[in-house]
Amino acid sequence: MLETLIVLVAYQWFGEMVSHALSLPIPGPVLGMLFLFLTLMTRRGIPHFLGENVPKLMAWLGLLFVPAGVGVIQYLDLLERAFWPLTITLLVALFATHLATAGSLKLLLARHRLRRLRKLGGKA
Amino acid sequence: MSTWQFMLQSPLTWLFVTLLTFRGMVTLNRRCKGHPLANPIILSNGLIIALLLGTGTSYTTYFAGAQYVHFLLGPATVALAVPLYAQLPRLQKALGPLLIALLIGGTVGIISGIGSGMLFGLDRELLLTLAPRSVTTPIAMGIAEHIGGVPQLASVLVILTGMLACVLTIPLLQRWKWDSDIVLGFSSGIAGHGIGTARAFQISAGAGAFAGLAMGLNGVLTAVLVPLLLWLTRL
Repeated sequence: MLETLIVLVAYQWFGEMVSHALSLPIPGPVLGMLFLFLTLMTRRGIPHFLGENVPKLMAWLGLLFVPAGVGVIQYLDLLERAFWPLTITLLVALFATHLATAGSLKLLLARHRLRRLRKLGGKA
Repeated sequence: MSTWQFMLQSPLTWLFVTLLTFRGMVTLNRRCKGHPLANPIILSNGLIIALLLGTGTSYTTYFAGAQYVHFLLGPATVALAVPLYAQLPRLQKALGPLLIALLIGGTVGIISGIGSGMLFGLDRELLLTLAPRSVTTPIAMGIAEHIGGVPQLASVLVILTGMLACVLTIPLLQRWKWDSDIVLGFSSGIAGHGIGTARAFQISAGAGAFAGLAMGLNGVLTAVLVPLLLWLTRL
């Protein structure tokens, strides 16, 4: 567990440093994720302690959003004042974004698979 | 100061409340057979907000304890690289479609927020705050600040969007059977960032991995696209 924490904090630390040094709009943790992914690619495998502990961490990912979510309490008056316009806007935007992404990906993947199959068929 | 009042001010109380409430809501969610309306994040938030209002406790006092949980978001985001790497063969196979879907989803994400906000008569500051609402909180706050929105409010809209995705659009995709790991996961990461990702991990490790990937990529894309689109439309 300690090794896992050290690796994760180390990559976040490095990510924060790069983000600050290059004034990037990308936060340190996202850069840390990218760097850890690149490291795993070069060493062609997941160290056993990460493989064991990370899935346990992911199972409780939701907990980590609770403190920020309670922050809604600071904006209750605004949410009340603009309740309907804001709610409808969030809903319309959410449906558009989620369905556009899922729909286009579904179509693109189906086309992609068909092409691969044709290529394989051509060889045979 | 009575002992009770002293404990209400103690950070430890609110750390304990956060852990215990979430654990309890996970049990409730399992009892409801994982029903999307029994979302543990939403239920915990509702209960804790009621508790804070009931006891007259400020968010600052609450956060003094809850920050220890909040702080782990950073390392957890880094950890998303591990499940993603486990999906490397599938990622390589689908890379083209994923990148095109990212461009489509990221662009629709920004335009739909600003567009429907305009339609429903929200003011300019709120519109600019809505633009980055689909991306992970730190990126959304950074973008909002950069373009003249309200960073704190941006984080609230981000969280509400993520919760709505868990309750509405993810169950809809499941009902339509658009629920392959790649389609469900990736789109949930684009539309519902970290909260959508947390939900995707409950569905499957593969869906979670693609959600985490989408969250990261969409964060980067939105950080570039929002200022560009605003400049093009001179909004």
